Amino acid sequence: MVEIVVSILLVFGSAFVLLGSVGLVKLPDVYARLHAPTKATTLGVGALLVASAVQHSALREGISGQELLVTGFFFLTAPIGAYLVSKAALHLRLKAGKAELPPRD
Amino acid sequence: MSETSPAEPGGGRPGLVPHPLLSVLVAATWLLAQNSLYIGHILLAVALGVGLPRLTHRFWPGAPRLRRPGVALRLLAVFFYDLLVANFQVARLVLGPNARLRPGFLQVPLDMQDEFGIVLLASMVTLTPGTVTVDRDAEHNIMLVHALDIDDADAMVALIKSRYEKPLREALGEAPRC
Repeated sequence: MVEIVVSILLVFGSAFVLLGSVGLVKLPDVYARLHAPTKATTLGVGALLVASAVQHSALREGISGQELLVTGFFFLTAPIGAYLVSKAALHLRLKAGKAELPPRD
Repeated sequence: MSETSPAEPGGGRPGLVPHPLLSVLVAATWLLAQNSLYIGHILLAVALGVGLPRLTHRFWPGAPRLRRPGVALRLLAVFFYDLLVANFQVARLVLGPNARLRPGFLQVPLDMQDEFGIVLLASMVTLTPGTVTVDRDAEHNIMLVHALDIDDADAMVALIKSRYEKPLREALGEAPRC
């Protein structure tokens, strides 16, 4: 039973991490590219960590909390990284594909 | 959460526990990192939970307090639901042809005044449906958001404001409950 749940979570998580990477390569410009790794990869890594937590809680006695912590830090760092990259891109006035750049203030 | 001794923002002597929520967070983080409830770890967690916020007191000018935990919990549930949905949306957009995307920038005028609240809001917007926070105009309090696929810009701005900003302001006690 545990194996089934863990397997599903692993496949689900890996699929989303892959998707995040595909998006990073495929999307047209800097700003659009940021979307894939901030969301898909966050969920993917989250699912992988839940899988790890389930597996270790089942193997050992008691529940494993470290994965929860990693997920929390991931949620904190992903938006900040995306914010820094996009702010830098905007500062350099990098093209945004079809989207019109907002006026410089 | 008691409001008996609201520490003077940024100044004055900190009370024993100037930021109760931060203290709980630090202690919980320590215990999770240790992955154990051994008595020594608990004692150290308490010591860190009390000590660290006192040491870093001056870096938290006017730290917001959680006024309405209920509203915050509901917002958290909405956020996790959206995080899941956002991923399927982005998945569809990523796998579809690039030509179908209608990317653009949105200007979101904010009502939120609290700096910490704005950071939270910006992070939530980045993690949820097809939007990434790009910049914030502190002078006019406008948040610049890049969206991957815009159908109706005004509706999207309104959604961000009603779905995230309003409950966040309520939870931090900035806006009255509606």
